[in-house]
Amino acid sequence: MPFTNDQLQRYSRHIILQEVGAKGQRKLCEAKVLIIGAGGLGAPAALYLAAAGIGTIGIADADEVDLSNLQRQVIHTTPDVGKAKVLSAQETMNRINPEVTVKTYRTFVMADNIMELIADYDFILDGTDNFPAKFLINDACVLAGKPFSHAGIIRFKGQLMTYVPGQGPCYRCVFREPPPPDAVPTCKQAGVIGAMGGVIGSLQAMEAIKYILGKGDLLTGYLLTYDALKMDFRKIRLPRRDTCAVCGKSPTILAPFDYAQAVCELG
Amino acid sequence: MTITVAGNKKEYPDGLTVAALLAAENVETPEYVTVSLNDDFVPGDSFDQTVLGDGDEVEFMYFMGGGR
Repeated sequence: MPFTNDQLQRYSRHIILQEVGAKGQRKLCEAKVLIIGAGGLGAPAALYLAAAGIGTIGIADADEVDLSNLQRQVIHTTPDVGKAKVLSAQETMNRINPEVTVKTYRTFVMADNIMELIADYDFILDGTDNFPAKFLINDACVLAGKPFSHAGIIRFKGQLMTYVPGQGPCYRCVFREPPPPDAVPTCKQAGVIGAMGGVIGSLQAMEAIKYILGKGDLLTGYLLTYDALKMDFRKIRLPRRDTCAVCGKSPTILAPFDYAQAVCELG
Repeated sequence: MTITVAGNKKEYPDGLTVAALLAAENVETPEYVTVSLNDDFVPGDSFDQTVLGDGDEVEFMYFMGGGR
């Protein structure tokens, strides 16, 4: 189906780009991206993906909007406090772009539902705030052969990497297994500057868009780190770990599993 | 000897181990840091035994669990 005049206007700054064009915009409009976690990272990513016209955007989060979220989770507004995050996110995304289908999953993402959840999607964004969830998303995406973007933020720092099946290391190659609870600080304990989610979440959206377009170089085989205080971006080359428990030569993880952690911290 | 630590060239005495470098660089929770040396991961249990040499390139990868 050709673009309508409204669509041509809405996406004109994309379509004029040599790397996008009408063909690329069509790819974006037909793509399906899942965002796990509608918070500091997921909020800006969801806004840009909706604005970009990603045809179907899934958003998974079990929480409600809290006043302490609003310093960084820019998809939610003050009147949304108390509302399910996925609904608040859906409303904002559809106000920006009524053309995108936003599917909401108000659930904790766990080993027993993640494979079904990611099955329909072309690209997954990890916007979670804890290590069990980050390892679960990694394992599930490796096992299901799904590309995904990992990201983490804390204080004035952020990092991200992109996994594409068959290309480069996975998150578990780098970090092996989650640190014990409370061994490394969380945002709740240590704080995070709100705009960090904007920087790193937007980069996750950018990786998803480039993957869908098939243009440019993805952050496969690299960890991008950002130190805002030093205003320093670095791309660290990542070795591959042949002995990786999930993507290595003799994997021992053959199905997703949950690490023990208080349920209130998952999502 | 001159080694490159997280992209910066630095002078350190010969015989420096990865564990000593982590201490010298004031790395927070060093036991949970992933270290690569010249594009290979250094196994977590051998930071004490891995001795660095002139021209080595070392990177630190930190757990960052935040996001929501």
